Amino acid sequence: MSTATAFRYAVNVTPKEGILDPQGRAVEGSLPHLGVTGVSAIRVGRRVELTVDAPTEAAARTTVERLASELLSNPLIETFTIELLGEIAAATSPAGDGVPA
Amino acid sequence: MVRIGVVLFPGSNRDIDAVNALRVAGAEPVVLWHESADLQGVDGIVLPGGFAYGDYLRAGVIARFSPVMRAVAAFADGGGHVLGICNGFQVLTEARLLPGALLRNRSLRFVSREIAIMAERLDSPFTRAIDARRPLRMPVAHGEGCYYADPETLDTLEAGGGVLFRYVHLDGTVAGGEEDRANPNGSLRAIAGVTNAAGNVAGLMPHPETAVETVLGTDDGLGIVRSLVDSAAERANGGRPVVVTIGAR
Repeated sequence: MSTATAFRYAVNVTPKEGILDPQGRAVEGSLPHLGVTGVSAIRVGRRVELTVDAPTEAAARTTVERLASELLSNPLIETFTIELLGEIAAATSPAGDGVPA
Repeated sequence: MVRIGVVLFPGSNRDIDAVNALRVAGAEPVVLWHESADLQGVDGIVLPGGFAYGDYLRAGVIARFSPVMRAVAAFADGGGHVLGICNGFQVLTEARLLPGALLRNRSLRFVSREIAIMAERLDSPFTRAIDARRPLRMPVAHGEGCYYADPETLDTLEAGGGVLFRYVHLDGTVAGGEEDRANPNGSLRAIAGVTNAAGNVAGLMPHPETAVETVLGTDDGLGIVRSLVDSAAERANGGRPVVVTIGAR
């Protein structure tokens, strides 16, 4: 396999602790209808997947961190985690389908 | 005649109402396209309601990075008056031109009905033309209008006169929390509108621009639009007061 030139990430954005999450509350409210008990603290967030062209994983991660804090999340109300999904080799076709190599 | 810009984003839908309100208030509206950073020499700016860029990701965030918003931020930094209404308020908080954030309504429902707000003070550039501290009836129409900031920020806002409007009952008492219908979205401390520390940027969730003519049921919003027009006119005139004739077309 040739050297990786692109990296696939997921950015997981969730409401900050202490911020009321009405969506999570609504989901939790539906649990009795399913007959499920013992499940709590449901928080609904958003997951954004992206491919970054970069020579190294460190360089790619810098870009993802900037996007995550400036665009994908609002630091006043949300937190995020970054997850590396995989490396895409130079030989692979354009990353349109985003499948890690 | 004082010229006030109305920014048009893809997805704005209250721009025509803002244009009409500015005319009623005696200003010349100038529509500003989101892809252009040229503010055409306007004296003040309205960011209208709607769903800029589809409200994808978070309401207002994508609009924040548009060319026109860089120019609006520079205009605000220079002391220019900027009023964000509904989605425009969301854009201003995402752009960090105003403190706090607007969360999903606590009810999770889109709320579209008439409410009442009251100005906390009548000495701001956005409230100076309001006749009295009384309940002002006007519509809200939004799904993400729950004002949120951390307790320290809220205290700082309150102490510095940063809270411009609160949701109230028709008798003027301040609305309660989410269980109180007078607070349509569960905003903390019933905050409906805020201003920045410098006092030249303000935003509110309700729609004063659709409440400027009695034929529409209420003209209680006109004082807010007029305040912006008067403030922008005065600033354009080097700080000297200007008599703006209402309804001059």
